[in-house]
Amino acid sequence: MSGHGVALRVVACGKTFADGTRALAPVTLDVGRGETAVLLGPSGCGKTTLLRIIAGLETPDPGGRVLFGDSDVTGVPIERRNVGMVFQSYALFPNMNVADNIGYGLKVRGVGEAERKARVAALVALTGIEGLERRRIDQLSGGQRQRVALARAVAVQPSVLLLDEPLTALDAALRERLRGELNRLLRTLGITTIYVTHDQAEAMALGDRIVVMREGAIAQIGTPRAVYFAPENRFVAEFVGAANLIEAACNGATLALPGGTLPVADGALHGPATAMIRPEAIKIVPAENASLIGLVDSVSFLGDRQRVLISAAATKVITADVPNAIALAAGDRVGLSVEPAAIRLLPGDTT
Amino acid sequence: MTKPTFMRLCLLPLAVVVAAFFVLPMARLVLIGATGRHGIAAYAAIVIEPRYAASLLDTVLLALATTVTTLLIATVSGLFLQRRRFPGRALLVAMLTLPLAFPGVVIGFLIILLAGRQGLLGDVTLALFGHKEVLAYSLAGLFLGYLYFSIPRVILTIMAAAEKLDPSLEEAARTLGAGAWAIHRDIILPALAPALIASGAIVFATAMGAFGTAFTLATDIDVLPMLIYTEFTLSANIATAAALSVGLGLVTWAILALARIYGGNTVAANG
Ligand SMILES: Nc1ncnc2c1ncn2[C@@H]1O[C@H](COP(=O)(O)OP(=O)(O)OP(=O)(O)O)[C@@H](O)[C@H]1O
Ligand SMILES: [Mg+2]
Repeated sequence: MSGHGVALRVVACGKTFADGTRALAPVTLDVGRGETAVLLGPSGCGKTTLLRIIAGLETPDPGGRVLFGDSDVTGVPIERRNVGMVFQSYALFPNMNVADNIGYGLKVRGVGEAERKARVAALVALTGIEGLERRRIDQLSGGQRQRVALARAVAVQPSVLLLDEPLTALDAALRERLRGELNRLLRTLGITTIYVTHDQAEAMALGDRIVVMREGAIAQIGTPRAVYFAPENRFVAEFVGAANLIEAACNGATLALPGGTLPVADGALHGPATAMIRPEAIKIVPAENASLIGLVDSVSFLGDRQRVLISAAATKVITADVPNAIALAAGDRVGLSVEPAAIRLLPGDTT
Repeated sequence: MTKPTFMRLCLLPLAVVVAAFFVLPMARLVLIGATGRHGIAAYAAIVIEPRYAASLLDTVLLALATTVTTLLIATVSGLFLQRRRFPGRALLVAMLTLPLAFPGVVIGFLIILLAGRQGLLGDVTLALFGHKEVLAYSLAGLFLGYLYFSIPRVILTIMAAAEKLDPSLEEAARTLGAGAWAIHRDIILPALAPALIASGAIVFATAMGAFGTAFTLATDIDVLPMLIYTEFTLSANIATAAALSVGLGLVTWAILALARIYGGNTVAANG
């Protein structure tokens, strides 16, 4: 059961609620057939609103259109859009058991009993909830509920699968495990998927592409690598992963900092700039032959690595993640080196 | 004082109240029912004697009709009122509590104004069909009266229950392709079932035992509470009145017990 997806196009869909709240500026988004796009952004940035517009649970402001493949579904009511949706609360039907929940979409579509049973059994096996078919919903754990909700959503072989923070309600360890399972399942199913989360690790792990949202607008669309290594603005740099954002003067080849200089690669820029450097891109080197010198402020041992805060090198404290074997102590004078390619100069200070 | 003794002392007031207002009168009622000319057979008379049996049947049918009609109208209206926002809604909802404030006598009076000999219904039918329709002094009048005070009460219960429904359940059903009809059948009504059973039981019990309205409309109506009244006051047939009372109590109690079994614990709370 793979490859039922269609390409999804969202064209200039904005949303202003009846009370005047502008939840979404007109956004345009293309998601390829079978692709998983993750909507990532802080709380209240309009992720759910965009998802509900795609589902047909909200209508976009005039001018906005939603297309599934070649067909314009903007005016098509939700029950005929053929979307699968997993709600944050799961919204499982409490008056039905697990099997009836999963088979409900097939039942209202008039799929015969025998076929329905077979399809439900296949989904039960696929999501690993064998033996729970007759259970009531209130007899399931959070993780089991999440699987039932997913099985129910994909049972109808939807054109588009929509998931609204499906793992947020679970504890951290379970979340990590289910994330892996979900990833495998989405690849197996090959359905076009929109996945909403405010957890950037989840977004990286699951998304073919990440749509970073901010205050009702799209801040950047790109692959997880592009969003991480080449953020287009300050907001994306800070929201996705940890980042040092360093204000410095650039002369085209190097950045001039209080503690020395750093060579840059894309040095077309002259004048004041904001340089984005990921903590793990910073190497600690002997101070003698380093171009940039700093003082160790504090060291936190994190097990697989250690996080070092360094002052005096730049106008503000720099965070560096370095291998756990290097011996460092507060007050040490250290040299810093960064691959020129790992320094990203952000345009001006627009955001 | 040991703990168990103390607990027993605390139980004392409850025991006194139960004994004084419940066990003793009930026991006496049951006994009186068997002291008439026919002894214990007075109880059999409820179902054997045609007049009593007919009255029992009428009362049960009236209560059933009231319950079913009330639930139908109140569910539809309650769901509508809970979901739609329209001008005047708040006033309408506030007015729904009005009938709760009236005693049965006043409701009987209102029914006479509506469908009595000088009533609105009579005037309208006279103008339209040339004959005066008078419903007030029959079972139909009583039926209207009971609807009048049970519908608003059940609407309020349904609205409260619908308020607590998780809207995402309905949305989930819609994404799965369910139309309005399927959503109501599979999602909303099952979720409202406890409230429906509970308020249905209360409506039934009230319609079985209400007296004031029947007494005001009088003449033509032979429902059980009226029968008990006439046997007791006019015929001084105390034994029969007691037997009928016990019969009425049993039927009503059985319905409430069934509702409690199927509807969970909400029955008493919604009273
Ligand atoms: N029905 C509504 N009426 C008015 N405003 C709304 C409504 N639904 C959402 N909003 C507002 O729209 C904005 C975006 O909401 P949305 O639910 O899309 O955010 P979100 O990104 O999903 O946030 P979260 O991560 O907290 O779920 C918020 O400011 C919210 O208050
Ligand atoms: Mg949300």
